Amino acid sequence: MKFLRQILDKQGKLFEKGGKLERLYPLYEAGDTFLYSPGMVTRSAPHVRDGMDLKRMMIFVVLALTPTILMAFYNTGYQANLALQSSGLAAAAGWRGELMAALGVGIDPTSLFDNFVHGALYFLPVYIVTLAAGGLWEAVFATVRRHPISEGFLVTSMLFPLILPPDIPYWQVVIGISFGVVIGKEVFGGVGMNILNPALTGRAFLYFAYPAQISGDQVWVAVDGYSRATPLAEFADPKFADAAVSYSDTMMDAFWGFIPGSMGETSVVACLIGAAILIGSKIGSWRIMLGCVVGMIGTAFLFNAIGSDTNPMFGVTALEHFVIGGFAFGTVFMATDPVSASQTRQGQYWYGILIGLLTVMIRVINPGYPEGIMLAILFANVFAPAIDKIFVNMHIKRRQLRYGATR
Amino acid sequence: MNEYKKVLLDPLFNNNPIALQVLGICSALAVTTKLDTSAVMILAVIFVAAFSNLSVSLVRNHLPSSVRILVEMTIIASMVIVADEFIQAFAYDISKQLSVFVSLIITNCIILGRTEAFALKNPPLISMMDGIGNALGYGVVLLFVGFCRELFGSGKLFGMPVLALNTEGGWYVPNGMMLLSPSAFILIGLFIWAVRTWKPEQVEED
Repeated sequence: MKFLRQILDKQGKLFEKGGKLERLYPLYEAGDTFLYSPGMVTRSAPHVRDGMDLKRMMIFVVLALTPTILMAFYNTGYQANLALQSSGLAAAAGWRGELMAALGVGIDPTSLFDNFVHGALYFLPVYIVTLAAGGLWEAVFATVRRHPISEGFLVTSMLFPLILPPDIPYWQVVIGISFGVVIGKEVFGGVGMNILNPALTGRAFLYFAYPAQISGDQVWVAVDGYSRATPLAEFADPKFADAAVSYSDTMMDAFWGFIPGSMGETSVVACLIGAAILIGSKIGSWRIMLGCVVGMIGTAFLFNAIGSDTNPMFGVTALEHFVIGGFAFGTVFMATDPVSASQTRQGQYWYGILIGLLTVMIRVINPGYPEGIMLAILFANVFAPAIDKIFVNMHIKRRQLRYGATR
Repeated sequence: MNEYKKVLLDPLFNNNPIALQVLGICSALAVTTKLDTSAVMILAVIFVAAFSNLSVSLVRNHLPSSVRILVEMTIIASMVIVADEFIQAFAYDISKQLSVFVSLIITNCIILGRTEAFALKNPPLISMMDGIGNALGYGVVLLFVGFCRELFGSGKLFGMPVLALNTEGGWYVPNGMMLLSPSAFILIGLFIWAVRTWKPEQVEED
């Protein structure tokens, strides 16, 4: 390890003030602090006696995401292998099939290992493309603006592939993450200044730009030519009026995550483990998560009570809303994004409730969009500063009354 | 002569009515899905802006200031009706696509703004130049937005196929976002970003 340090120090001179590559200092700094803790010490007050900095925070989020990533590997492969088996094919098509044959990996959907490898071959390329394209933009902006590359992108780049369908074309991944990073974050001034969640912004762009690939009413199983609606789309379609009944058998599958969907969103269990890590380390706000769930349950009950003869979505219970689609993933990892969410404690409840309410509203009432959590979170992101403002003003007013102060 | 050049060319980038003054945005969102509708819209705005500035400037010394807005609106409305009738007569298809947006030039803040701010205080010829200049500044943004939206949204320019669409056996998958109005907001934002990077004196202080 000393050897590595020596190399870094030697090269470091090139990037310091007056060095040849001074403009590229952010790149060097990113590499250096990724490998070693920086030796910087805060010399003047205030001193916060806590080891929590941005980098540590982001690493905890990555840790919380690990179960969903493992499930993304497994379930993507499981769905693909299941589809291959049911269409009677012996191997996956294209380079994945060749690679798997070379490695001696089969396509047995009951084999944990086969599923895992097959899914990894779908998830990892998307992740690498996201890292490369988004990382390039981060580096460009960091170099031009002369600030170090922020760790925030580490999480964005991990969230983004998880909310994409496995069969997404790579050029769309590039366009989506570029839009998310540049328009969703950098134009507002970079990490910490963005009003919208960058990963969701990128996905929303793809959603409206290329609805054929990503609108959630078709395929999403990683096998060419195999077509199947995601459960949410099946619910919304009047043809499947009875599907709600038959789906109650597969409720457990939906809970564990063995259903088609975006790569990381299917497993509620994985999301719950992530939620426990986020709440335990006090990084994710439990108030927001609670608000989301309360808002969702309340709205679902309301729609159940109203009922409808023509729209089967009215009958979907709160539990079904909870386990199907991206609700759990969005609530745990997207809504709690500390930058774009509400900051005040009371505001966080209402921010969450707004998300839960809108998610169910969009799912049930709008036939055009089977899934609602993405648009609901983006909408609530926009309203978060207004919600905060209301509660800050209420607080000021209450204290004024208490002390009899006048302006 | 120099003064004429200045009022004509300044609004293009130095004092662009959309990019710097942020006026007239609504029509820039509505008519820019195609370049030919954008072009016709620009011509109509140039006509209306030029002649309403000219006419207001001609009567400026006889205009009681208490009723000046009324008179200005009447003049602008007459010009818009002429432009609208003309487009309906000679470019019926495009007038169908532009629908109400030609008549809505009346409410375009750029035009009333220029008659108020310039034509009321200046002689006729230079006022007309100012109207043309500002309409051209509006046109630059519309052409940029229309170009991006038609090229990336439907793979065409002025209705001529440029990028081979995947639906017709080509490689280009049209970007549906570009056909929706929000994309025009984003494009105008990018345009403003580019202009302000080029001319940093336009950056507002916060």
